[in-house]
Amino acid sequence: MYKDSLPQDHPHEDVRVTELTRPPVIGPGHTFSSVTDKIASIALSRRTPLGWFIGFGLSFMVMMMMMYTIGYLVIKGVGIWGINIPVGWGFDILNFVWWIGIGHAGTLISAILLLLRQEWRTSINRFAEAMTLFAVACAGLYPLLHTGRPWLAYWLFPYPNTMQLMPQFRSPLIWDVFAVSTYATVSLLFWYIGLIPDFATLRDRARKRAAKKIYGLLAMGWRGSARHWHRYETTYLLLAGLATPLVVSVHTVVSFDFAVAVLPGWHATIFPPYFVAGAIYSGFAMVMTLAIPLRKFYGLEDFITLRHLRNMAKIMLATGLIVAYGYMMEAFMAWYSSNTYEEYMIKNRMTGPYWYMYWTLILCNVITPQFLWSRRVRHSVPVLFVISIIVNIGMWLERYVIIVTSLHRDFLPSSWGMYSGTFWDWSMFIGTIGLFLSLLFLFIRFLPMISIFEMRTILPQAEVNEAEAKEA
Amino acid sequence: MKTPRSTLYGVIAEFDTPTAVVSAARSAYEEGYRRMDAFSPFPIEELTEAIGFRHTKLPLLVLIGGIVGAVIGYGLQYWASVIYYPLNVGGRPFHSWPSFIPVTFEMTILVAALTAVFGMLALNGLPQPYHPVFNTPNFDLASRNHFFLVIEARDPKFNLEETRAFLNSLDAREVTDVEV
Repeated sequence: MYKDSLPQDHPHEDVRVTELTRPPVIGPGHTFSSVTDKIASIALSRRTPLGWFIGFGLSFMVMMMMMYTIGYLVIKGVGIWGINIPVGWGFDILNFVWWIGIGHAGTLISAILLLLRQEWRTSINRFAEAMTLFAVACAGLYPLLHTGRPWLAYWLFPYPNTMQLMPQFRSPLIWDVFAVSTYATVSLLFWYIGLIPDFATLRDRARKRAAKKIYGLLAMGWRGSARHWHRYETTYLLLAGLATPLVVSVHTVVSFDFAVAVLPGWHATIFPPYFVAGAIYSGFAMVMTLAIPLRKFYGLEDFITLRHLRNMAKIMLATGLIVAYGYMMEAFMAWYSSNTYEEYMIKNRMTGPYWYMYWTLILCNVITPQFLWSRRVRHSVPVLFVISIIVNIGMWLERYVIIVTSLHRDFLPSSWGMYSGTFWDWSMFIGTIGLFLSLLFLFIRFLPMISIFEMRTILPQAEVNEAEAKEA
Repeated sequence: MKTPRSTLYGVIAEFDTPTAVVSAARSAYEEGYRRMDAFSPFPIEELTEAIGFRHTKLPLLVLIGGIVGAVIGYGLQYWASVIYYPLNVGGRPFHSWPSFIPVTFEMTILVAALTAVFGMLALNGLPQPYHPVFNTPNFDLASRNHFFLVIEARDPKFNLEETRAFLNSLDAREVTDVEV
């Protein structure tokens, strides 16, 4: 029975054995102390690896480019970007959506997979959550700077003011303000709460006085009391339950920024689910892009195992298919609507001046993930790495296509135009990648990048042996 | 010790495995001790039950937080759009409730999440920089691979000699007195 269903392309018997047994979520032979020491030592080690300095140095320089761009932007105004009428939304909203989407995988891994009792999430949730926070920070910069006068950004919030004005609550842009700021706050809380017991571990393990003090302060006096753990677990579950609808609502609201407008190609009911799936798709691609080099560099193959990578690949495949369905439905609805503008929009997308963007997007987002059907591809770490990068590029192109092709052909041909990012658009975008990576490098150096206490719970010896224990 | 009762916090026993500490906690509960606490490097459900702690009102607080958030969110929008700053946009009603749902929803989540986090910290009495159990030798291993059970001096049944002897009778690695 099994023999028949086995793929024929595996010549060796031993390969089949590994196929059939489910690979573990943690390498063999680990104990509470080995897990603790291995992960804590990365944050506590006195010697920072040379590779870290190189990586952080490069990221920091790129981030400085962003700072320079922001400085220039504040002096000159948003005119230095490529946006103009008819394309008033360019890189700013495109990169905002891209970054927010990347952030969503962190919440998905930490909240939804927790509720679904997917044990394998344990070793990747911490840095996926960090990734969420940093991605939201990058995303937040864009609308802030796009206002043109970022020092007045607090005008977006309702507060009593001498102008006697209030924000327009019927506008999706205001919903966005609430959604993204709530998302940033809840992600930060979730991440910090998850870190408290690990801060206590670092406090107790640190040798240097300063490190002891700082980690001790952050641990807030956590002592691992059974009563505390009980409330802690309750909170963690409740937060997961709250973050799950939140993450769906955030990208739904982001898609409303488009869908509530009447532009052809934006005004579609498929947008919310299609955007949410796209966000998860790109987010998992980014987790993969980051996890593969990290596990290699820090020797964490025992904790972030092949099973993690395979599972993430499967989620990418599934969400990739939802996204492909979205592209298909966009084309179908344009045809089925019999609306001239909708029909023209999709024709223009596929064959107009930005045709190469559209077809590259299809190549990256629809064709490439199909390789993940193959078990051999899912088992090859380098191939997964390449696919994850291609998907990241594809999701960026998707937003480019959606935003630019709908805007650049306005309803009247007299107001048609073309859009391309200027030097400053690119320096800002690449600069935010520098910001993201700088924060990530600081995170992996000073904080435990894998949740230590949760890793302890998945060890077999964490189970209370009821046969040996006294009866309750 | 000259004045054992006044400076004594309790007697603490150290264990190597989750099974050992859970068994010890169950025995202590059976023995009649109530004011006790256990410490472990990760959450152990059985341990919480063994020391006799079952209920936390946190979920109720979070529910209340969520309702308060929803009321604030909707109320804010109603007040701003209908009473304080009514603005006619394309002839839509001032009280256009479907548009108010997203912000109401986000406010529900925000206040509920804040309640969950700060409620948990408050009920746990954190931040708390000092606690007597930190005086225990080896207590830094409570965040690594060791497990502890403390019986507090304020327990009515507490008697230094007897409690110490009782804890020694369990298969503890070490039993020590903890000063306040």
